[in-house]
Amino acid sequence: MRYALLLHSREPGQGEIDPDAITAMQEAFGAYGRALESAGVLVAAEVLEQQHASSTVTVREGALQVQDGPFAETKEALAGVIVIDVPDLDAALAWAEKCPGATYGAVEVRPAATSYINGAWT
Amino acid sequence: MVRSEAAQAEAARAARDGYGRLLALLAAASGDIPAAEDALADAFERALKTWPTDGIPRSPEGWLLTVARNRLKDHWKSAATRTGVPLDPARHDVLHLDDIDPDAVGDRRLELMLVCAHPAIDHAARTPLMLNTVLGFTAAQIGGAMAVPPKTLAARLVRAKRRIKDARIPFVIPDRSALPGRLTHVLEAVYGAHAIDWPIGGREERPAMAGEALHLAETLAGLLPRDGEVHGLAALICMSSARAPARVDGQGHLVPLGEQDPTRWDADLIARGHAHLRAAHASRVLGRFGLEAAIQAVHCARRESGQTDWDSLLELHRSLHALAPSLGSSTALAAVAAEVDGPAAGLSLLEELIEPDARFQPAWATRAHLLERLDRVTEADAAYAKAVSLTTDPVDRDHLERRRAQLLSARDQPGRA
Repeated sequence: MRYALLLHSREPGQGEIDPDAITAMQEAFGAYGRALESAGVLVAAEVLEQQHASSTVTVREGALQVQDGPFAETKEALAGVIVIDVPDLDAALAWAEKCPGATYGAVEVRPAATSYINGAWT
Repeated sequence: MVRSEAAQAEAARAARDGYGRLLALLAAASGDIPAAEDALADAFERALKTWPTDGIPRSPEGWLLTVARNRLKDHWKSAATRTGVPLDPARHDVLHLDDIDPDAVGDRRLELMLVCAHPAIDHAARTPLMLNTVLGFTAAQIGGAMAVPPKTLAARLVRAKRRIKDARIPFVIPDRSALPGRLTHVLEAVYGAHAIDWPIGGREERPAMAGEALHLAETLAGLLPRDGEVHGLAALICMSSARAPARVDGQGHLVPLGEQDPTRWDADLIARGHAHLRAAHASRVLGRFGLEAAIQAVHCARRESGQTDWDSLLELHRSLHALAPSLGSSTALAAVAAEVDGPAAGLSLLEELIEPDARFQPAWATRAHLLERLDRVTEADAAYAKAVSLTTDPVDRDHLERRRAQLLSARDQPGRA
């Protein structure tokens, strides 16, 4: 069963975070990634660029529109997505609890309703 | 050059041993911890500048206190402070600090620890505040150990210190009627430094903080030599730290307590633990920490006797569970009951004490072990799978996966089992 761990947090300004703190957090995420991988539960892990780098696409009545910016601009932005494959919600929560992102932002645990695997939706 | 190194080493030693003692003295009058920290930092800086040329003073701590005290006086006399804070002569009078004789420094760290663990201080801030003010650790060091971003931790410390000052949390030791209640929070904050909820990979990578919990606990035991629970906590931390070297084998695999080689346990720490446990018993009060320490002592006794006294352990775990019931105490009680009364009795106790849908990894791991011993292979396999799914720590997970694989290979090759 796949779950998306959606990492939400406030976007820091340039230079707002101390370089040592960034290094420490990178190490924590490194250990987290290794643990997910060695446990064999990792499907994908992406830390996202800030919202200003986003483009939002809509197609209405045949007209394509590409808009600068995120779908919805919020104070707490989507900052990362980690997809894991685990037996149940208990296991997903166990991993979410250890996600370094939970210490400064929020980790939303959302089950996949269906996944496209090996050429078909499950 | 040599002299300079000696001066540096002496300043470092004074910093480690005396930091909390000096800070407790300097902050007590005004409750202004940040001002005291600034003054103390200045004093250490000046020590590093002047000691290499002038020599190390006879009483390094007294020297540091005098310099820091003068810095604080300047701070209070400055215009910024005079216009920024209403001057309260009873608290801010510089003469207060003159009463402190730097050469006869009393140890007022207990007051500081009681302030750090005051009920008005946010629960999550108490342990970090103690590590910061009593032992002089920086927000970055504590944040690293506790997997909290240093900035978040620094903000938490700033908020707590502001609260201490603004709410005027007093630097006093409460009277006998109030002390035990207040002390509970102090003990929990010290225990918190020992039982940190480790980030992934952290337990092996960051052993330093475990030593600091021990330092805090022994400091506290030195300050309250007649308190049983304080000694119980120190004994507990000594004896559980003593076994750390045997926890993982040469290949990085977890070694369960029962299979550990006791000769790899730290004999000095065990001996220190016993001394604390004797002091705890002498107080004739056996609380939660005293009981946990007694449990640790029974395990450590295998080093001498070669065996584990399960009957005593069961008795102790029953008392502990009655005194402080938790998911952890339930699981441990069931596991020990299985050693005395057999795996079936252990399993039924586990099922009785813990909800079947509890998201508690140790309960599932224990359940798996007990089902395995009862040869209920299919159920054991399912319980191992559940336990593995709840385990994020790579070392623990590896251990459970190996146990599960052994279970299945024994089933497939019964002759070799």
